[in-house]
Amino acid sequence: MRECAWRLPAAVTLLSWYMLLAGLAWMAPYSWREQHRDFPAAPPTRIRMVDPAGEWRMPFVCKMVPSSDSVGSYGEDCRVRYPVSLLQPAGDGRMVLFRAESPGLLFLFGTDDLGRDVFSRSLAGGTVTFATGLLATMVALLLAILGGCLAGLLGGWPDLMISRGAELLMALPVLYVLLALRAALPIQTPPAVAFALAVGLISILGWARPARLLRGVVMSTRNEGYVMAARGFGAGPIYLLRKHIFPRLRGVLGAQAAILIPEFMLVEVALSFLGLGVAEPVPSWGTMLSSVQYDLVADRRWWLGFPAVLLTLSILLSGQVARTLELQLQPVAVAPEES
Amino acid sequence: MLRPKCKQSLGSSRDGQGRPIGLATLLTVALVVSLAPRLWGQNPEYLISRSAVGKPGGRLVFSLRAEPKTLMPLNALDASSKEIQGLLHSDLVHIHRPSQETRPALAREWSRSRDGKQYTLQLRRGLKFSDGQPLTVADVLFTFRVLLDENVKAPGRDLLRVDGKFPTLRAVGENAIEVTLPAPYAPAERLFDSIAILPRHKLEAAYLAGKLLEKWTVGAPSSELAGTGPFRLKEYLPGQRMVLERNPHYWKRDTAGVQLPYLDEVVVIFSPNPEAELLRFRAGDTHLHSRLTARGYGSLERLPLEQRPILKDLGPGLEQHFLFFNQNDLTDSGLSALLAKRGWLQDVRFRRAVSMAIDRAGIARLVFQGKASALSSHVSPGNKLWYSGASSVPVRSVDEARRQLKAMGLTWKGEQLVDSSGNAVSFTVAMNAANTEQRQMAAMIQEDLRALGITVSLAPLEFRSLIDRVLNTKDYEAAILALRDGDVDPTAQMPMLLSSGRMHFWHPNQPQPATAWEGEIDRLMKRQVSEIDPLKRKTDYAQVQRIISRELPFLGLVSPHVLIGAHRALRNVQSAVLAPHLLEGLDEIYWAVENIKP
Repeated sequence: MRECAWRLPAAVTLLSWYMLLAGLAWMAPYSWREQHRDFPAAPPTRIRMVDPAGEWRMPFVCKMVPSSDSVGSYGEDCRVRYPVSLLQPAGDGRMVLFRAESPGLLFLFGTDDLGRDVFSRSLAGGTVTFATGLLATMVALLLAILGGCLAGLLGGWPDLMISRGAELLMALPVLYVLLALRAALPIQTPPAVAFALAVGLISILGWARPARLLRGVVMSTRNEGYVMAARGFGAGPIYLLRKHIFPRLRGVLGAQAAILIPEFMLVEVALSFLGLGVAEPVPSWGTMLSSVQYDLVADRRWWLGFPAVLLTLSILLSGQVARTLELQLQPVAVAPEES
Repeated sequence: MLRPKCKQSLGSSRDGQGRPIGLATLLTVALVVSLAPRLWGQNPEYLISRSAVGKPGGRLVFSLRAEPKTLMPLNALDASSKEIQGLLHSDLVHIHRPSQETRPALAREWSRSRDGKQYTLQLRRGLKFSDGQPLTVADVLFTFRVLLDENVKAPGRDLLRVDGKFPTLRAVGENAIEVTLPAPYAPAERLFDSIAILPRHKLEAAYLAGKLLEKWTVGAPSSELAGTGPFRLKEYLPGQRMVLERNPHYWKRDTAGVQLPYLDEVVVIFSPNPEAELLRFRAGDTHLHSRLTARGYGSLERLPLEQRPILKDLGPGLEQHFLFFNQNDLTDSGLSALLAKRGWLQDVRFRRAVSMAIDRAGIARLVFQGKASALSSHVSPGNKLWYSGASSVPVRSVDEARRQLKAMGLTWKGEQLVDSSGNAVSFTVAMNAANTEQRQMAAMIQEDLRALGITVSLAPLEFRSLIDRVLNTKDYEAAILALRDGDVDPTAQMPMLLSSGRMHFWHPNQPQPATAWEGEIDRLMKRQVSEIDPLKRKTDYAQVQRIISRELPFLGLVSPHVLIGAHRALRNVQSAVLAPHLLEGLDEIYWAVENIKP
């Protein structure tokens, strides 16, 4: 019973987490493509409240001064202060989360090599990565429902074709197939089309496992007494699906969605990590992390690892939701608690 | 550089750095040197190193990205095999990497006939292979016989082709070889570089049995190998390490008469991961690093002084990144999307406008942390002998770029640039997905061109599929590629510059030059290769550089600096922008302190 208590919060937390990311992305302090070329690889800007004279002030940032001898090292000149304010209207009709008074710069999580704000890009990148995961999951589940129900209900040769086809897809090394397909696609594709293609490819390769699961559920349901009885009373396949089978699938689908979304997000991250996902300048967590290996080893630019923290949090949350939804599926199999 | 009569004997190979000494001493030395072979019979005619006198002993560890695929110099194609080959073997004439000029190696001196077709090379006397067997003219002839034998299929064979034909060799007396070229060939001396002279006594039987390339594979026992390099193989544990030991029969000495190399042992380990390679070097587990990235270099620079290795920024190397547009004749290609853009995509004014809008200095600073130089043509300033400097790096000017576009009849609809039929001017840049720097460069160019109203999409591709698109299917609009030249001589650029060339990226394999300026480049390149006068060659090649900067078949972006590091206790570290950057001088390197951590 304990699980039920946090079942709802987990799903809600997950959803609100993504909503928060998307909402914040819209309120990001900088555009994800804006390159501050005078400030590459800047560390997170320090927000101060005490000025050099030791007096308390409203939050402010000091002027950032690039060092002349090496790229990516900075000093601060606190004689020049820029106050930080929250929820300021931006010129383009948006509301900005926070900003330093112009011409001051406030990079909450620093900048990347090209001087782009990591905070703004992480939020926008999260939206892209999550949208990929979500859309690919939806398409994959639709395909899985179609395949699973057809195979489970009809049996015979359609079942054979669909099941063997699904097994074949599951046997393929997904990443390599994606790489090959990406290379075969025309390169003059606008980013939106490329995104849609990535989603399509991921879902086409990812529908097999849920389809097999659904087929199993459909088959076992088909042979349940009450379904047989309904059939005996002359119920058609549509009625059976609607009244008896779909309700049984709901839990499976929920759990599968919770498993597939993070899985597909990781596929997107992997593709982008290899440089083959969403093209620049559109950020995704994968593209942002693609150089982080070197950033951490050679430069100790730890702030560039920020998307990894967000990604880990998202995957953990999704895992938690999947587990609770799965538990919901097996209400009977709860062992008596030892006391 | 060519010298009309190159007489570099023992004395001259010290490059005139001799101290003023009395005439009598000079005469005595000359007498002793000329009599030496007779007096001591087998004692070799050593090459005297010009470097500081060092301390013998010690062991040096360095890492390579990959294991060598073979130990047979004849089919060493990969970088690792070539680098190992350079330590185990020697050539007749060697390109001295730091000066980029040719220097005597196994050949003591050489001369050229008046018509430029015949070279006579004098072999040093008393040379021995690492197994103690003498090296004679027969070994040299054997090496070239094998190399030129069609059945052996040595990849280096084609590099010896001059004017479509191969040179012939014959022995002249006991110690000289005469090489006859089918036509005058300006960089002929450079042909001998990296051709390892092979021991006939070890390989002839296998060659006659047609099994030469089965010898000296990576599993071969060290007793089967013999070479004339500074080191010889001691043991090789595939997947772990390769241990080389000092070759006691090496042909170089220092000015104090100590036989080189100083090091007793060289250990090569393999670390495919660049981050791991850097960490190992930073920890002092390896002692040389010849491929530091700008970031790796920066991280080492920040180490405290007592831990900091010797670091050198050698300036721009021979690697260069460039952007180019598809200039192929696409009429029958069926690539309709490309055909529609051909009007502006293949207009030189468009290329000029793009070139002017690119922030090259920004690329060098942001992508390479300032460790790169902006390029003006296809010749990097790192090429000391051939960089003409005739054209300067384009100054970034968005206004001028806009004027060029306007002159082409392009207009702006709002912010977006449109062509005469009202279509948005947009193109896709393809680049190697695995190359982070190229992806970043592309992202910067994308922003730079947005200021002109040009929409640029980026398509990172797997490298082979990128090359396939550029050279075979021609289904691309623009691409960023990097070129890495092996040698500085313009002849190395022929496959790229000749319009019929396979590597003429923007429009390969043309049956006839498609444009007048490509025809002119063909003419100049063909003329310089058979021109003996170095000054005339230089003029021709400067003209080629001017044409490239004017017509912009590719837009030079930047040339990354060659950054090297060596353990702070090493001395005589020689470095060069030419590969292998650091390994070249391993015969003269020594440890300044003893008991260094192995």
